[in-house]
Amino acid sequence: MNASSSLWVYLSASPLLWLTATMVAFVIADAIAKKFNRHPVANPVVVAVVLLVVLLKLTGTSYETYFNGAQFVHFLLGPAIVALAIPLYENRHIVARSVLPIMAALLVGSVVASSSAVLLGWAMGAPFNILVALAPKSVTAGIAMGIARELGGEPSLAATFVLATGILGGIMVFPLMRLLRIKDDRAVGFAAGLASHGLGTAVAFQMSPLAGSFAGIALGLNGLMTALIVPVLIRFFG
Amino acid sequence: MILSFTALLICQLIGEVLARGLHIPVPGPVLGFALLFGALVLRDRLFKAATPVSESEFGAFAKVLLGSLSLLFIPAGVGIVSNFQVFSDYGLAVGVALIGSTALTLALTALVFGWFSKAESAGSA
Repeated sequence: MNASSSLWVYLSASPLLWLTATMVAFVIADAIAKKFNRHPVANPVVVAVVLLVVLLKLTGTSYETYFNGAQFVHFLLGPAIVALAIPLYENRHIVARSVLPIMAALLVGSVVASSSAVLLGWAMGAPFNILVALAPKSVTAGIAMGIARELGGEPSLAATFVLATGILGGIMVFPLMRLLRIKDDRAVGFAAGLASHGLGTAVAFQMSPLAGSFAGIALGLNGLMTALIVPVLIRFFG
Repeated sequence: MILSFTALLICQLIGEVLARGLHIPVPGPVLGFALLFGALVLRDRLFKAATPVSESEFGAFAKVLLGSLSLLFIPAGVGIVSNFQVFSDYGLAVGVALIGSTALTLALTALVFGWFSKAESAGSA
């Protein structure tokens, strides 16, 4: 074995390489997004994921090896969710004044998010195990996996749908809101957080801290609401 | 920065301990989020002259962390590849369900929010 290939064997198995690759992919993707004036299609998450997937395929690296390094970034999701309390606290007076629209939008949004996914999947002929994983697609991965497990679905499948929903929501939210002429930061943020959890919240923070706070509230409330609704909903399809 | 990060980790840790210990079906970070919110309320009650969080170092750290929220989803996003099989087997059904439902949810949630906030401000005017 020559020196360069033994170096590769060492590096490809160390967390440093894939952690760095994750950061570099994001820096590149973010630069591309800026270049396109943050056009929804140039979503930095999508671009970075595509770059990394291609890189993993080209180097024949498994997801396990990749995640061994990337987990350090993944881990920060927990503290980031805790940190959502800060913009929420800063905007607490605006939130307190919006209790009625929050409750109404939560009720409608939560029911639509889970039932429309199950209904569309069912109409398209998807089997029961896919429907169970689709139902909690709009809530944050931890809660969605718990719901799917409880109902006899596959948690990893639920997590996959959650991520896909997050990415789709992030791409769709601003064009859709323009189409509907909705300019209220609170409404846009709340919809983004409710329909597409943390990824929607990330996009909402690009709009304003106020939109981000409402996304954070929606993310939390919809997690609870969905856990209550989905078991009832799934009984109709079991 | 170290202090701010430590504070977030402590909140998450307490949340995690409470969730497991009391079998609360809510993820630890979400409980940690509620704890931090409670702590901030308490802080302003106890110390009237405290610097607003937004102007503190803690607020600045949170802003950086939340500003790069997209980055944190990338490792999980790459994981979609490992479940790619499902997308090819029922790709069309899953695609229609995800795209259709996400668009419908976004639109209806924002519209209902708008209607009720108009009704509310009209009622109070």
